[in-house]
Amino acid sequence: MSDGAAIDLLKTSDGRPLKAALAEAQRRAKRRAFLLVAPLLLFVILTFILPIGQMLHRSVYHDGLAANAPVLKAWFEANPEGTAPDEAAYAALAADFKTMKAAKTAGIAGTRVNYTLPATRSLFTATARVADKLAPPYKEALIALDEKWASPEVWGALRAASSAYTIDFYLVSVDLERAADGTIQKVPENTRIYIYLFVKTFLLSGLITLTCLILAFPVAHLLAVLPMARANLLMICVLLPFWTSLLVRTTSWIVVLQSQGVVNDLLIALGIIGEDGRLAMMYNQTGTIIVMTHVLLPFMILPLYSVMKTIPPSYARAARSLGATSWTTFRRIYLPQTLPGIGAGALLVFILAVGYYITPALVGGADGQLISNFIDFHMDKSNWSLAAALSAMLLAGVLVLYWLYDRLIGIDNLKLG
Amino acid sequence: MALPIYASPLERIWHYAYLVICAGIFIFLVAPILVVLPLSFNAEPYFTFTQEMLTFNPDGYSMRWYDALLTDGMLAPDIPREGAWWSDMWNNSTWVKAAKNSIIIGFWATILATFLGTLAALGLTRPEMPYRRVITAILISPMIVPIIIIATGLFFFYSSPCGIIGLDCGRLTATYVGIIMAHATLGIPFVIITVTATLSGFDQSLIRASASLGANPRITFFKVILPLILPGVISGALFAFVTSFDEVVAVLFIAGPDQQTIPRQMWNGIREAISPAILAVATILVIISVLLLTTLELLRRRSERLRGVSPG
Amino acid sequence: MKKLLILSTALSAVAFSASADLTVMSWGGAYGAAQTEAHVKPWSAATGNVAVMLDSDNPAQPIKAMVEAGNVTIDVASVEYADAIRLCDEGLLETIDIATLPAGSDGTAAADDFLPGAVTDCGVSTDIWANVYAYDNSKLTGTVPTLASDFFDLAAFPGKRGLRKGAKGNLEFALMGDGVAPADVYAMLATPEGLDRAFAKLDTIKDDVVWWEAGAQPPQLLADGEVVMTTAYNGRIFGAAIGEGKPFQIVWDGQVYENEMYVVPKGAPNKDMAMEFIAYATSTEGLRAQAMQISYGPARKSAMLEELVYKDGTTVMASHLPTAEANLTNALLSSFEFWVDKDAELNERFNAWLATN
Repeated sequence: MSDGAAIDLLKTSDGRPLKAALAEAQRRAKRRAFLLVAPLLLFVILTFILPIGQMLHRSVYHDGLAANAPVLKAWFEANPEGTAPDEAAYAALAADFKTMKAAKTAGIAGTRVNYTLPATRSLFTATARVADKLAPPYKEALIALDEKWASPEVWGALRAASSAYTIDFYLVSVDLERAADGTIQKVPENTRIYIYLFVKTFLLSGLITLTCLILAFPVAHLLAVLPMARANLLMICVLLPFWTSLLVRTTSWIVVLQSQGVVNDLLIALGIIGEDGRLAMMYNQTGTIIVMTHVLLPFMILPLYSVMKTIPPSYARAARSLGATSWTTFRRIYLPQTLPGIGAGALLVFILAVGYYITPALVGGADGQLISNFIDFHMDKSNWSLAAALSAMLLAGVLVLYWLYDRLIGIDNLKLG
Repeated sequence: MALPIYASPLERIWHYAYLVICAGIFIFLVAPILVVLPLSFNAEPYFTFTQEMLTFNPDGYSMRWYDALLTDGMLAPDIPREGAWWSDMWNNSTWVKAAKNSIIIGFWATILATFLGTLAALGLTRPEMPYRRVITAILISPMIVPIIIIATGLFFFYSSPCGIIGLDCGRLTATYVGIIMAHATLGIPFVIITVTATLSGFDQSLIRASASLGANPRITFFKVILPLILPGVISGALFAFVTSFDEVVAVLFIAGPDQQTIPRQMWNGIREAISPAILAVATILVIISVLLLTTLELLRRRSERLRGVSPG
Repeated sequence: MKKLLILSTALSAVAFSASADLTVMSWGGAYGAAQTEAHVKPWSAATGNVAVMLDSDNPAQPIKAMVEAGNVTIDVASVEYADAIRLCDEGLLETIDIATLPAGSDGTAAADDFLPGAVTDCGVSTDIWANVYAYDNSKLTGTVPTLASDFFDLAAFPGKRGLRKGAKGNLEFALMGDGVAPADVYAMLATPEGLDRAFAKLDTIKDDVVWWEAGAQPPQLLADGEVVMTTAYNGRIFGAAIGEGKPFQIVWDGQVYENEMYVVPKGAPNKDMAMEFIAYATSTEGLRAQAMQISYGPARKSAMLEELVYKDGTTVMASHLPTAEANLTNALLSSFEFWVDKDAELNERFNAWLATN
């Protein structure tokens, strides 16, 4: 007799096979659990996943030229890449310019082409201004207006921009551009910025994480070994900044660190620096590092503390009694046991630091700005596709770290105070 | 933490050095926040301690910056402080308006986040929950994704929320509903984390006990589960409220002129000319956070007592 | 809980009902205050409509985003001249007919009363302002700076400098500080060598620059001693010097001046009212009222017929205006043709220059 047959024999009181009844009960329980989560999941999809997805779509989509120059777009579609622009192409261009002038959209179309080939926006607006006066033969007329219209570079850019879908914005966000012949090359030295910014953002975040770790370790250890009552009292010192408004903390630091601020005044009063030697600790990279370390420090202390609290002191005592020095005990016994806390805290702080916006915007000055601030800059300038492309790259970085966090520490182990 | 008796002199020196280092770090954590408190009573428009303040001369201190908070934006701040003045203040003072907005938005965002979050946490902690890991990761992600990306996405989405299905149903930018929804999303991870943490210490056999005694699921929830997880729910709600109360980037992107909040006003103030009035706001906010922190600490103790863990 | 609910609902009712009939966006600080006092408040009082003033670092930026996202929440904005032209070119502004603007106080038709260029297809000038540089008299002892080149002379005048974060204005100023005559500045900036020269000049002081974004920052930077000299909108320095008695001195050399324009974003929620507001604010009286609040020149001839006196009742405005004869000896009119086309491009280069060392 096989096992399957044995189970088949087991029936519930109403005569159904137990296996089926159990499976149904489990399905029901599953459904019930899922139904509890469903409203929130729907809400988060609506107010979070969908908006971000829609925004990221813009990083590969820009219809500035495609929507406003339909005739030219049709010509490009009819003629394969490499075809020299003929009279028909120029006629299409002229026709589109007449519509664009009437609809005042030449600026928008020119802006799109400008993203692919800098310095073409003015060509568009200037041509649109006199579009009504254009007459056949259009090729001669347009080239007479501005000889740039004869340049294969411009036509290459027009072709690239005439398709609404493009990867050009990702090229820009890694400091690349299309050359006249369609190959991809680095942008000129004096406009390279984004790779530098990404590297800088990650390096600064790393530095801030390290500073946080160095500052958090002794404090978390002290909290973990002190008697409960006193530890709770000191814990308030950690939680107070955690619960205080970020803008309040930033304001406070401005007051403390600015060149006419508390620290500089104190140093002068103590005679350490002279009136001319006031330190510049605010509105620069130093300001960003100090304030972000302060803001993120609790996120490092709390996970470290919760791990350290579970380490029994007897291990260290055993090591000492076996002849280890205090340094060896720390290095070989204590430190390895705190690694989960270090990992959790460091990853969390790093993830939060990489996407930071408010603090660098307020205290970063010129050299303390991070990638988030440049996303904002391009949003302000309405260069949405580039903002979206930069966002996509930042988001990818953050999600990788988040995935790592989930694998190594587990989202469920995230604790807040 | 006492030093073991077998400690060598070097270890003793290190031990005291260690305590000094810790004290330094605690000062780093708290001092900058406390510094603004006395400065907000500065009689002069400076951000450092004046000679009068250092000698505790009463002339060095004044309430002028707190007064400035009330009068800023008023139509007629100089008339005698009677009925008309107070109604002018209540309706037109920039900071009073911002405070009203912050409270309204924070309140509704908290309700929304706490309700949906608690419900979801109940589901997530059931052993039968399918795809638990992925779904938890999704629900926590608003805390992880850079705020600028969320705000940018919301700016476009709210401009035409139905545009994605090709309809036009107005917009959510510059509306209270839009900001409340955005802030609720940002607060949800905190509710999930705190309520799930409380539920994981919750003895599931109590549910079976309740059921075996004849209670239906509803009664079980309200009479057994809720009272036990209430401290977790409330602290989650507090987190959600503080998140909304402190949020500025989403407000920058999607709020209209009518929805300016306190952090938004502070943002303006810090970027332009930080007047000591900002420090007065900061002081008020620090006091609020101390109150919230105390509430949370009391809740935590109550929760531990209920769960039978020895109180600290 | 129930009480809280009632309270919050009551609060919501108050907040929801307080929305405005007209929203004006300007630059905040002393300038926003001047426009509020001279235009927004009197217009509200005269028409009975509620008008609110919003602050921005640069009102032109939100306009573009708002119109393109179909999300316009403001009715009137105060923007720089080149931005008014560019936004108009891109179809992001409502057109304004000069014939609808009121005649001058002396009866001259608006078209003849406004200075040349002060009314464009989509905008009407609210004033003429200049990007000057200023220093604190009490901190600089001995020789004082008098020329644009002194701003870049770190040896003679050591200390931090304040500059607006952006390409516009700074590139012109850098060339004039390098000895280029105002008339040649834009021709030179149109060439790669000229641009390199401007950036090279900025390089010489880059390490000592504090960058500002909002117009209210420079007077604050000077007052706090964060910088020894800074570029600024001249009215902000005037406000601090005359209005608040700060020892600030403007250097009228190498400054760039232009019209500031009131515009209406396309799709403004209260377009008709916005047009009425602009007609009111840019009337002879409206322009005069603003010029009595802050030292920017009115762009109507009829507004200059009578002497303008500052709101303190004693300071005669004439010599403080960017349009005063004595202040124009070495000044440059900002070229909208240049900036309309080059703004995006040059800001990109400027940002790269700023972020990388």
